[in-house]
Amino acid sequence: MLLLSRSIRAIHLAAVFRSGAQMDATKMRKTLKFEFSKDNQRRVKALLAWYPKAEWKGALLPLLDIAQRQQGWLSISAVQAVAETIKIDPMEAFEAAQFYTMFFMKPRGKYVVSVCTSTPCKLRGGDEIFEACKKALNLEHGQTTPDMQFTLKEDYCMGACVNAPVLAVNDDMYEDLDEKSLASILADLRNDKLPPAGPRNGRCASEPKGGLTTLKSEPPPPGYMMQKLPDPKTKKCQ
Amino acid sequence: MIRAPLVKALGALGSPTHQMASRAVRTSAMVAQTPAKAPEKIEVFVDDIPVQVAPGTTVLQAAAQIGVEIPRFCYHERLAVAGNCRMCLVEVEKSPKPVAACAMPVMKGWRIKTNSDLTRKAREGVMEFLLMNHPLDCPICDQGGECDLQDQAMAFGSDRSRFTDINYTGKRAVEDKDIGPLVKTIMTRCIHCTRCVRFASEIAGVDDLGTTGRGNDMQIGTYVEKLFLTELSGNVIDLCPVGALTNKPYSFVARPWEIRKVSSIDVLDAVGSNIVVSTRTNEVLRILPRENEDVNEEWLADKSRFACDGLKRQRLVAPMVRMPNGELQAVEWEGALIAVAKAVKAAGGQIAGISGQLADLEAQVALKDLLNRLGSEVVATEQGFIAGGTDNRANYLLNSTIAGLEEADAVLLVGTNPRYEAPLVNTRLRKAYVHNELQIASIGPKIDLSYDHENLGADAALVKDVCSGAHAFSKVLEGAKKPAIIIGADLLERADGAAIHATVAEYCKKLKKPNWNPFNVLQTNAAQVGALDVGYKAGAQTAVKAQPKVLFLLNADAAKVTREQLPKDCFVVYIGSHGDNGASIADAVLPGAAYTEKQAIYVNTEGRPQQTLPGVSPPGMAREDWKILRALSEVVGKPLPYDNLDELRNRVEDVAPHLTRLGHLEPAGDAGAAGAISKSIGGGPIDLKLKELRDYFMTDAISRASPTMAKCISAVNKQQRENEAKQSVAI
Repeated sequence: MLLLSRSIRAIHLAAVFRSGAQMDATKMRKTLKFEFSKDNQRRVKALLAWYPKAEWKGALLPLLDIAQRQQGWLSISAVQAVAETIKIDPMEAFEAAQFYTMFFMKPRGKYVVSVCTSTPCKLRGGDEIFEACKKALNLEHGQTTPDMQFTLKEDYCMGACVNAPVLAVNDDMYEDLDEKSLASILADLRNDKLPPAGPRNGRCASEPKGGLTTLKSEPPPPGYMMQKLPDPKTKKCQ
Repeated sequence: MIRAPLVKALGALGSPTHQMASRAVRTSAMVAQTPAKAPEKIEVFVDDIPVQVAPGTTVLQAAAQIGVEIPRFCYHERLAVAGNCRMCLVEVEKSPKPVAACAMPVMKGWRIKTNSDLTRKAREGVMEFLLMNHPLDCPICDQGGECDLQDQAMAFGSDRSRFTDINYTGKRAVEDKDIGPLVKTIMTRCIHCTRCVRFASEIAGVDDLGTTGRGNDMQIGTYVEKLFLTELSGNVIDLCPVGALTNKPYSFVARPWEIRKVSSIDVLDAVGSNIVVSTRTNEVLRILPRENEDVNEEWLADKSRFACDGLKRQRLVAPMVRMPNGELQAVEWEGALIAVAKAVKAAGGQIAGISGQLADLEAQVALKDLLNRLGSEVVATEQGFIAGGTDNRANYLLNSTIAGLEEADAVLLVGTNPRYEAPLVNTRLRKAYVHNELQIASIGPKIDLSYDHENLGADAALVKDVCSGAHAFSKVLEGAKKPAIIIGADLLERADGAAIHATVAEYCKKLKKPNWNPFNVLQTNAAQVGALDVGYKAGAQTAVKAQPKVLFLLNADAAKVTREQLPKDCFVVYIGSHGDNGASIADAVLPGAAYTEKQAIYVNTEGRPQQTLPGVSPPGMAREDWKILRALSEVVGKPLPYDNLDELRNRVEDVAPHLTRLGHLEPAGDAGAAGAISKSIGGGPIDLKLKELRDYFMTDAISRASPTMAKCISAVNKQQRENEAKQSVAI
């Protein structure tokens, strides 16, 4: 499958180089054909089993996701294939694919680096992280490197505010960043290696960094501070 | 393809869905032996005026009940609620922020303030946002003068702009889309109300339009470049509250304050849609729909709307007589009438008349009167019908009525394609399909009706199967509360048409319900019902069989009669507006008036007489058709006893009193021919004339002369060629 997706990507690349990075998705349709791979066909089938046939429309987003994972991005033909699978009009599928920012309607880099610059991250230096990424990758927001390795995005809250600043590479989150840890992450990615996800300042998850500051004693036993109630065995509740 | 969309959930009151639901509740309550109560009304206050509304009514509807109109862009009574323009924000007491009136159901005791400071401020703010991304091109915009945004900006907007960002990012601009030869798009003007998207998917049944992108990049468009081609596309022009979608043939033609508006009736199909004809300097500029709940709601089919440029082309402007060299020569009226009168006198009663697709009732009556006075009884319609079936009016009417079909729950289409034969009947069927769980089956070729239906097959013998109760669909029809069978008018021209008609009519007697007649014939010609009502025989062959010496063709342009079928010395007189098939075989051509040029009655397929009013005068020497016949009768020496329209209408009343009660529908009884019909259904496949969109655009003399309709056909062909090319390049 990997081989297949590589070879498909090679087709994109050729097309992209021919007409510059701005490749109209409409034109792409003529040069691309999309079909779910064997594995994904199995996934699609399992997924559709969750929905009654009249509500197959509900499987639109998961199916678009499967298609995107297979192809690396969503071509018009992929959107159409999804629409045909769940028997809705292509325009409806296209509307959804266009709307959500996690669907890429243009070929994207192998690593999509999204840096959060929402308020909590901004307070903890998210802007600096984004600037550093821009400089290191030589990209602006939404751009992709010519070798199709990196796409940079300035993104909104990823729900990891307690570990701000954060960035996401594809499905993985890298948290508690500073310029040094960012540089090492980017260096790893340059070597086509996905570094382990998680906080970069020694934390395991979102616990306080210098050890616990509260809730330090043993947790009290069950029933602590509860009202004393008559034993239900001996007396019936009113 | 949606079925039971948002409207249902939001419970637009008074909609058929709602009534259905309440009826269902009622029946279940009846089981419990308790008389059902109507849902209790709740009281709300709009601007301190108490108003009683049913639960589930929206704020906007409650305000409308006492005549307070809340401004809106995206809300439309006939479409699902979207709630995305925010123009209808109003203050509700004790609510922390203004609410969108179109989407918010009222609660008991709410005090709605439609003119408070907060409401006005909210409207002004929304308007400012809308105008921020709307170009200030009103002087060159076709919507100018009839633009909702313009009007509401005047009424509710601020008197000054804070938009200063012209040097930095500037106003938003969007590329225009090419969606066909009928609708012009200037997408920068779009305010994203999505009315067109909702119309396309809910009413027209094509999910071609949609919104792409998000936020500031949002656009209305089609999925990959594609033309928005349906038989109802023109309605998005009326729906568009701004100038984003405008009438392409009408672009840069006129301003609304320069034009004169005449309420009239469309005659290009048998629906009898109510229209407004916009004219200026004796020229028809455009045609808009006029609201009539019983007929066309507020929609209009594309042919009726855009074929009006055919009224200016191929017109007959002077009387003509065929010279010995075989060419038609323009002559004065006097010469033409004398030539015709000479032939009529020589014929000695061997005269026949054929009334075509666009003939009006007055002319039909006048022609019949004239021929009767000359000793002939042979008057026929050009389109055929079953022999001996014209005595009973119910035999050729759409008895369930157009509005009634909305309530049908099982429909069988026999040899008809309502989508292209009568688009606005099809919208009713689609409405019933979406809201009323209508089950539809068709006998005939496989067609796309814009909703799901079961194709039972093309064999005519299936009619017998279904009507004998043996077919699976018979069970559906028999179990339905309001079943209907619709027969195409063209089908009845077949040799076994009478047998099909009789079989269905017999079966419909079984399906009949109180106040519900399931037997329907869907006519395609606006003139047909009127002609049969005043005693015309059906079928051009009736006239041919008489082998007349003089044949009158009254607007008969369908080329059902050829010169070869007529005697060699037959003198053919054509009375009509366009130089089409009829005029080409005529020996004398008497130029008549088109439907926008005369006051005339047309009877639609359900038997509803309505009248057209003259918007312009006939071109050149053309005259109203009945006046031509009146003048001719004088020359022939058998003058007709009416000199003006009123007297002629009195004569019509003598012949058929129900046809002068304009707009009123006279219900007909059971269908069924007088004599027992022994002929059996022959079988063999049923075919349709209008199968695809390209067949729809040119069906009569006016639309055949229309350049816009020609463009539509070439656009459909082009789109199909492209699709085929794409399929062949499959990698």
